[in-house]
Amino acid sequence: MKLTLKIWRQKNAKSKGNFETYQMDSVSPEMAFLEMLDSLNKRLVEADKDPVAFDHDCREGICGSCGMYINGHPHGPVPAITTCHLSMRFFKDGETVWIEPWRAKPFPVIKDLIVDRTAFDKIQTAGGYISINTGAAPDANNIPVNKQNSDKAFDSAVCIGCGACVAACKNASAMLFVSAKVSQFALLPQGRIEAKERVKAMVDMMDEVGFGNCSNTGACEAECPKEIKISNIARMNREFFKAF
Amino acid sequence: MGKLISKIPEGPLAQKWTKYKASVKLVNPANKKKLDIIIIGTGLSGAGAASTLGELGYNVKSFCYQDSPRRAHSVAAQGGINAAKNYQNDGDSVYRLFYDMIKGGDYRAREGNVYRAAEVSNQVIDHYTALGVPFARDYGGTLDTRSFGGVQVSRTFYSSGQTGQQCLLGAYSSLNRQIKKGNVTLYPRREMLDLVVIDGKARGIIARNLITGEIERHSAHAVILATGGYGTIYYLSTLAVNSNPSAAWKAHKKGAFFANPSFIQIHPTSIPQLNEFQSKLTLMSESLRNDGRIWVPKAKGDKRPANEIPEEERDYYLERRYPTFGNLVPRDVASRAAKERCDAGYGVGETGLAVNLDFRDSIKKMGKKVIENRYGNLFHMYKNITGIDPYVEPMRIYPAGHYTMGGLWVDYELMTTIPGLYAVGEANFSDHGANRLGASSLMQASGDGYFILPVTINNYLSDEIKVPKITTDSPEFEAAEKEVVERLNKLISIKGKKSAGEFHKRLGKIMWDYCGMVRNEEGLKKALVLIDELRKEFWSDLNVPGTVNEVNQELEKAGRIADYFEVAELLVTDAINRKESCGAHFREEFQTPDGEAMRNDEEFCYVSAWEYAGEDQPHILHKEELHFEEVEMKVRSYK
Repeated sequence: MKLTLKIWRQKNAKSKGNFETYQMDSVSPEMAFLEMLDSLNKRLVEADKDPVAFDHDCREGICGSCGMYINGHPHGPVPAITTCHLSMRFFKDGETVWIEPWRAKPFPVIKDLIVDRTAFDKIQTAGGYISINTGAAPDANNIPVNKQNSDKAFDSAVCIGCGACVAACKNASAMLFVSAKVSQFALLPQGRIEAKERVKAMVDMMDEVGFGNCSNTGACEAECPKEIKISNIARMNREFFKAF
Repeated sequence: MGKLISKIPEGPLAQKWTKYKASVKLVNPANKKKLDIIIIGTGLSGAGAASTLGELGYNVKSFCYQDSPRRAHSVAAQGGINAAKNYQNDGDSVYRLFYDMIKGGDYRAREGNVYRAAEVSNQVIDHYTALGVPFARDYGGTLDTRSFGGVQVSRTFYSSGQTGQQCLLGAYSSLNRQIKKGNVTLYPRREMLDLVVIDGKARGIIARNLITGEIERHSAHAVILATGGYGTIYYLSTLAVNSNPSAAWKAHKKGAFFANPSFIQIHPTSIPQLNEFQSKLTLMSESLRNDGRIWVPKAKGDKRPANEIPEEERDYYLERRYPTFGNLVPRDVASRAAKERCDAGYGVGETGLAVNLDFRDSIKKMGKKVIENRYGNLFHMYKNITGIDPYVEPMRIYPAGHYTMGGLWVDYELMTTIPGLYAVGEANFSDHGANRLGASSLMQASGDGYFILPVTINNYLSDEIKVPKITTDSPEFEAAEKEVVERLNKLISIKGKKSAGEFHKRLGKIMWDYCGMVRNEEGLKKALVLIDELRKEFWSDLNVPGTVNEVNQELEKAGRIADYFEVAELLVTDAINRKESCGAHFREEFQTPDGEAMRNDEEFCYVSAWEYAGEDQPHILHKEELHFEEVEMKVRSYK
């Protein structure tokens, strides 16, 4: 099929970007979205032009590297998948496809579709852990955990840290991302011990690095490729209030 | 063979590690702070080592090429992590786990190392649980396990089909805690481009900042490579597309021996290639073979839709060839059998390079609900990628490169042949022999990083306490940086016509065709010629647009592929040398009359450790003979 791509090109963080138009004449519906971009890049390289830079790695939806705005949706129009899993079957012959980087102040563009997501790491570093040294753990079955809580903790823990929630939010809020980690640990007895310090430290850092607030529009939940629930945010708020 | 001293402690197998720990030299806390350690890679072994060494008080510098440590490829492991807990009371023990690994590895791994890996497996589970890794649980609140990879006990701990992700995020959290404490400094988006060796010891690295293109010098008293394997040598594999062995290869060229390079595991159940632009083969967990039946049409080139082919015209070839184990034969056997059918012209799909994995009978027998509960997420993923609904039509699957048992040679202390240079996790060769058992890679990587290396490295560092901070102004750093810069400039100034990816794809095809699941001397020798031709073409017709001083993903790729030509040559050389079939290494010349692998314990019961001898010089082979004191060597049979 034929497609017209409108891709955000930006040389580096300081330069001003713009949309460039690329015609694709033979896109196979069996391609993955990133493979379609690979084929464009091959063409550009062979013509000695600068290929489109984008983050990607595992290409199986788990590492969280990839992510771009496609036709107005983070990771494209299909729910519950990452960009690397998006198949070209979901596009129509003759369609124009708009491709942009995440747009959020705490995620500055590095080049083209690559953004700097180290703000996420800073939040995790502020408190996203349980303080236990290697070798100090008791036997694993000495910490029984209610199965329902354990399953819920897992559902929160599947966040891949891609940043789609922030990109989808009109406030560039990272509440879904932060609350997923806060929830995972809040639901487990191992994590309760420093729950107060954790939620305070993570929320403080979230504000410090410039993420916006939550106004309950739910865009994050709707766009999350791992279907992280907005109820995590409610839980984080409760944890936060309890922390004072 | 004087150079290969494995340093396996004396004494009974079960006491070696305890004895070693009791006698290993220590570094006092005040001195630890003065010692710098560089760790490349942030997967389970790298992040595990970095956080643990940070906790101990060392000054750790942690590097990864990704934008965040949380993206290291350990994240993609699906099935689970083994441990000898025996929580199921089904007769498991450290010894049994050890035995299964030795046997599964087809008797090509070191007893001492493997026993230790089994021994620390329990501590790994304790630690991850304490870190908040949400392993699956039973209603009473205790940990659940499942059986995996054909062993007779249930010892695999898991978090749905995302065990690697959950363990990695646990490791990432422990790393973050040390970053916050200032014990670990993180250097993301950095690629190690060379190892710096001073007076015979590993003293630092040259790295490229992948954002600015800046070339950086980093020094340390010891360097740890936790850089994973080289499975992307096939281009199409189950690995992350940026996974690469370049760091390990640079270290190899500086003196670290490379061991058993030809031992690569081909996983039998991945989604097959769908188009020529495909960049990746997505794994479908091997657990699917519990309820799916594998078949191809009995008639050659039968292009009818699978559901229109009647029962009597289907060839359930695994059930036919291996009536006892049927669809549950080990990975290497299942992979080879699929290739055999496809090569003979019975493959399905447009390319003919696929076989059916059919759930029709299981759905009929147990109902759709049961199958959905067991494999719902995998079926969903499969449908998403292929557009085919496996509840209605059979899945199409084909084998794909998956895991490299080979890697840098290390001794019992996980030190390579360069003093002060260590290799952990998949980057080393030591624990899986010629074939890895399912769910033991997370176990080994975590054990290496959290519990083994942080003990053994003290033995070396205790002699380094008087060595002041290593300066990066030395001639050795100067020379290494110069070499790195020259090479980058060389790559960028070829100005040919072809993209790096195209060369990778072609190299991958050569390797897959001649050094994949099945090998023979004639093909391997042909591969050497083809690799050499392609390498020459690469160095004359590559194009890398842009400059070295910016984000340049094509330059990153080109550098890795340039190394891959050399890795490929060594891999093929090792496969030629090993005139036997064992584990994943199957030489057509060495098989039983009914097509099974034939080991040659008389001549090849050794680790092949290759020494780099210089540009265009043949590698030098060193042999570490393997001695089996506990386990009797047997022939594997699945008939």
